[in-house]
Amino acid sequence: MALALQTFPTVKDANAALKAAGTRYLGGGTLVVRAANEGDVSVSGLVRSTEPVLSAIAVSGGMARIGASVTMAAIARHPELGALAKAVRAVGGPAIRNMATIGGNLFAPAPYGDFAVALLALDATVSTDNGELPIETFLAGRNDSRAIVTSVSFTLPKAGTFRFLKVSRVKPKGVSVLSIAAVLEQAADGTISSARIALGCMADRPMRARAAEKALLGKTLDRDGIAPALAAATEGTAPITDPIASAWYRAEVLPVHLGRLLLT
Amino acid sequence: MAKVPVQFTLNGSEEAEFIDSGTTLLNALRDKIGDTSPKGGCHQGTCGACSVIIDGELRLSCLTLAETCSGAAITTLSGLSESGVLHPLQRAFLDTFATQCGFCTPGMIIAAKVLLDHTPNPSRDEVVEALSGNICRCTGYEPIIQAVLTAARANSQNAA
Repeated sequence: MALALQTFPTVKDANAALKAAGTRYLGGGTLVVRAANEGDVSVSGLVRSTEPVLSAIAVSGGMARIGASVTMAAIARHPELGALAKAVRAVGGPAIRNMATIGGNLFAPAPYGDFAVALLALDATVSTDNGELPIETFLAGRNDSRAIVTSVSFTLPKAGTFRFLKVSRVKPKGVSVLSIAAVLEQAADGTISSARIALGCMADRPMRARAAEKALLGKTLDRDGIAPALAAATEGTAPITDPIASAWYRAEVLPVHLGRLLLT
Repeated sequence: MAKVPVQFTLNGSEEAEFIDSGTTLLNALRDKIGDTSPKGGCHQGTCGACSVIIDGELRLSCLTLAETCSGAAITTLSGLSESGVLHPLQRAFLDTFATQCGFCTPGMIIAAKVLLDHTPNPSRDEVVEALSGNICRCTGYEPIIQAVLTAARANSQNAA
């Protein structure tokens, strides 16, 4: 069955059209066209907007604002977003990265959405046609969100504070067993002064590892210092089970991989 | 359902068709235009068999709607050989036995072409990365990687 696609020059008009039942927003196509190809009959119409602001990347004053239609490939090659290169290259193969958008990644269900894990660790702000929301609030309500995401903004991490790790069985690229992103700031004596850790695949959407974050404060990044954080890593998680790994396996290996991320 | 017009350049020739809105580029190419070189493998963006080049970028035609390609320049495997002479990548795939059942080959060669267009002398790791979105269930990948490296060497010798 074919889907009717409607293209609008402005986000506002596209958002009005999105109110019709069965209508989904078309970004890069890697989620909604995939769903339609798979026979998801809940998708009967597609809407998109070609407003230029959706494709813009603006970096100034230590802040980055990335339009929702910007692709993973465009982020990867942007000279001022080098800190995120590892996280953005974790998404898909080259063709997927040329298509998949940052806006779409916010909606990708686990085991997908590795870049949204990085955005959660970066404490990003999601702008929609309806206003701005902290990413955590946005992710919690994303299933019912009908406002088109226009951009994602965040403070660029200070040099050396952002870490990212994706675990997959297939090399060099495969679906996530899990992914971890962290922004760690250290005091002059090397102890952790602030920590934000986000996990992918440890719930149906990216989540914070709050217990581990708390357990890291005031500690040094060595085997003894991180032990309490590793012990608390799975607190509050509800990992997914899929053909890649069971929930049990994901919970078992999370502390191991968090330890590797913290000690590198 | 109302038909929508699409017009793009396919392998250097102008194509104009009326299609059903929401038709994927893969279906438009295969069923309307008759270019069956992109293959429909998974229709999920996982296998890479439908890979095409749109305005110089590698894309998956199964997840691209044809009407979003209006005005674009599209290259498929059919456009690589010139007056019966195989493209160096096609030659190398034959010479190194990088094709068994052949289903992944169009996508592999298209992905490799994009790599060589930007990186004429890639390292082995760069080849592996460039082909990481393409699945082959026959060869074990090694002959394919060798084919791409062989084609890159052949290109650089011709250029020298």
